[in-house]
Amino acid sequence: MARHRELGLTDREYELICGRMGREPNAVELAMFSLLWSEHCGYKHSRKLLGTLPTEGPRVVMGPGENAGAVDVGNGYSVAFKVESHNHPSAVEPFQGAATGVGGILRDVIALGARPIAMLDSLRFGPPDDERTRYLVDGVVRGVGHYGNSMGIPTVGGEIEFAPPYAQNPLVNAMCVGLARTDEMVRAAASGPGNLVVLMGSLTGRDGIGGASVLASAELGDEDEGKRPTVQIGDPFEESKLLECCQELLAEGLLVSLQDLGAAGLTSSAGEMASAGRVGIEIDVDRVPLREGGMEPFEIMVSESQERMLAVVEPDRAGRVEEICEKWQTGFAVVGEVTDTGSFTVTSGGETVGEMAVGDLVDGCPTYDLDPAEPTEWPYPNGGDLDPEASPDEILPALLASPTIASKEWAFDQYDSIVGSRTVVRPGPADAAVLALPEAETAIAVAIDGSGRRVACGPWAGTVGVVLECAANLACVGAEPLGLTNCLNFGNPEKPTVAWQLTSSVEGLGDACRALGVPVVGGNVSLYNETSSGPIYPTPVIGMVGEVPDPATVASCPWEEGDEIALVGPFDPSRAGSEFAALTGSLGPGLPDPDIEGTIAAIELVREAVRSGTVRSAHDISDGGIAVALAELALFAEVGCQADLGALIARTECSPADALFGEGPGGFILAGEKAALEALGGQGVPVEMLGPVVGLELRVEAGNLELELGIGRLRGAWESLPALVEG
Amino acid sequence: MVWGVLQFPGSCDERDALNACRLAGGEARLVWHGDDDLGGVDAVVVPGGFSYGDYLRAGSIARFSPAMTAVARFAAEGGPVIGICNGFQVLCESGLLPGALLPNDSTRFTCHQGELVVCEADSPWTAGLEPGQSISIPVKHQSGRFFAPPDLLEEIVSSGQVAFRYAPGTNPNGSLEDIAGIVSREGNVLGLMPHPEHAVDLLTGSVDGLEIFRGVIGAQVG
Repeated sequence: MARHRELGLTDREYELICGRMGREPNAVELAMFSLLWSEHCGYKHSRKLLGTLPTEGPRVVMGPGENAGAVDVGNGYSVAFKVESHNHPSAVEPFQGAATGVGGILRDVIALGARPIAMLDSLRFGPPDDERTRYLVDGVVRGVGHYGNSMGIPTVGGEIEFAPPYAQNPLVNAMCVGLARTDEMVRAAASGPGNLVVLMGSLTGRDGIGGASVLASAELGDEDEGKRPTVQIGDPFEESKLLECCQELLAEGLLVSLQDLGAAGLTSSAGEMASAGRVGIEIDVDRVPLREGGMEPFEIMVSESQERMLAVVEPDRAGRVEEICEKWQTGFAVVGEVTDTGSFTVTSGGETVGEMAVGDLVDGCPTYDLDPAEPTEWPYPNGGDLDPEASPDEILPALLASPTIASKEWAFDQYDSIVGSRTVVRPGPADAAVLALPEAETAIAVAIDGSGRRVACGPWAGTVGVVLECAANLACVGAEPLGLTNCLNFGNPEKPTVAWQLTSSVEGLGDACRALGVPVVGGNVSLYNETSSGPIYPTPVIGMVGEVPDPATVASCPWEEGDEIALVGPFDPSRAGSEFAALTGSLGPGLPDPDIEGTIAAIELVREAVRSGTVRSAHDISDGGIAVALAELALFAEVGCQADLGALIARTECSPADALFGEGPGGFILAGEKAALEALGGQGVPVEMLGPVVGLELRVEAGNLELELGIGRLRGAWESLPALVEG
Repeated sequence: MVWGVLQFPGSCDERDALNACRLAGGEARLVWHGDDDLGGVDAVVVPGGFSYGDYLRAGSIARFSPAMTAVARFAAEGGPVIGICNGFQVLCESGLLPGALLPNDSTRFTCHQGELVVCEADSPWTAGLEPGQSISIPVKHQSGRFFAPPDLLEEIVSSGQVAFRYAPGTNPNGSLEDIAGIVSREGNVLGLMPHPEHAVDLLTGSVDGLEIFRGVIGAQVG
């Protein structure tokens, strides 16, 4: 097979490269092109779609195109954040795959000049009754914890879902949130011909060569054990030193620009720096400190060794930069310089071994139109065996024990969630984490959400629902969204049905963002998530950052005995796309259109109620519907309730089973004093009083159905995850 | 009152410790691991984290740092020293405290709000607390299982060196005797796995950790 095909380039792309260069590329150039023209770096199947997303807003400091997005939080401070995937490496080697995923997203935020202050993660696995899945879950959770804990960055939130389409292709998405003084932030653009290019951090080795093209831009096959050497090994200690070193360099104003080395290593970081600054760049591979001897120039240029950063430094400041690197015992090497040629030049032994126009290399990758077609049949397995006619007293425990809904304390207990002294709301009862920013005299809330199951049933409606749920999670702690980041995890976009999922989903993302007035400030695309057993559920993962002016008002406690309960919002429950449908084997295409405007009105009402301190708690209705939402509150509070869903059934004409277990956006459970809850009515948002918080049982009446379960029974089901995943 | 908080490459909780010291009272500054002079501080905090990556054995490299040589001198002269989490591990590795911290019996990292019982140790660090009192302080570590051979353990217990125990039934790591923290024979050096520096503000949890820092301020003033 021709070399370019082995590297993932099509014949047409290869011809295009030859045409641009006026000759055939040599081995170094071909390696560099193949990586930057891969899906992972070149976004060739998604760039056009991403261009439709709203990216502007009054608080946006940095948007797409930078290493991460950033929003202004006042007092001279900005919050930088981004979510990124490390799916295929984690499928091959879960511990290192997840760990280096965390390390990579941390460096994106560090590169902006921010200090990381929180991590969140969104994970997807197959059902845990499979031994390999248990190995993956254990390895990924340990890997996420290992890197974040060792770095002293708290992991404050996240979500884990389990479904058959992820069995061979798990998802590991990590989101990092950082804080920076706005005037100290740096951009990735290189500038000033004659300035030095400095490589900092770890030595460069043969690890991860071709990761972006081999692992991230192709489907996983059965022979992937052989790809283990393309997974990188993480060293959080090195990154911790690199972080402190970069903070000190930035505080002294020593850097012209800063960029992390991630996928495609030096090739992409140096290339993107040159492209953004419209300059040329020259790299002498002989000056790159190596971990092993005999590395070829192309290997040095594409190595994905971790814990490295690239900086542009004015020549007279290089001495001071070297001193600070020495203080932190981290690597320093001048490896090249900025030029005015517009070329990316690679030299070795005093000779040019590669020379390409930066524009061709970084921005010349062709983009492809998708060829979307709605699938004619449901493309996913439907394995649930719960009897849909079972009594509510049997269905609710089954839902609570479903790994997707069950308590994730097993995982969160393994993450340091408090280091940094900012965590006001830890993982647990609340829907979003809250972080104090005393230097900015404010606080932020952060949440991450995705629902592949619902997006599979209706890519547009499902994606709108995910964005609305993320905003709803923020509202429950009194936060107003400032910006959004996303990671689009999909199958092979060259297949029309996946193209349809992707196109519809991005439309939904844009529509929801525009309705909420929330800009997309950055993101990541992970395509080709499929194996011989088919594609994953289309899984857009949304990370959102919101503002909480006064963290003391946050309603983080669940309800208390004597409170009243209200259902707030235009919630119109349906079992379509629900976890109930998954457990009963009845998932299929079709999701009701969400009431976007009504849901946003409810989000605003709840946010103001929480901020004013008039309600004790707010919880949004998600997987498993009202029954699960009430059960979760009862479990956290260890107090039950007596709720009647008659008013909901009267308003929406839903069936009693839909009322109990149906899902959909726009539903909140609020608890507090009766008068305060009743006062929320009459503002255009449905408010239905459900009943009192009382006793040690969960009692819910829905038309002719009745649910009555003791908290002990609920707990047994809900805390079943450790037994499931530890085997 | 001037606090010195050690900073190793790989420290994680040093800024949290600075914050806690300042909230407790006094001035607080970082002491670089390469400095062999503590700069005249009145009390030393060896903070949590993963000093030098802890790839060999928790705390085993940090004990060789110039700053730890200075801390050993300071402790020998009766200066108050607290080692929290990784700091406790470093103090044990340095021989300033007896025993050792082994990997948790779960082999996993654990992070949760912990309940501790104050024991009858004679130390300025516990002077503001009553024996038998229960305090709520976060626990977060990977290697917190306190271990000592039987004779040494007996000596630690009988000589009143146990400062804190995990509340009955809440031992998170398999520590012998539910031990969460111990003091040196002279009482001026305290090591504990739970994190009092993360229990100094109601907004982020509890304030029960403040009393530990304040105990030393009281002793300095007294």
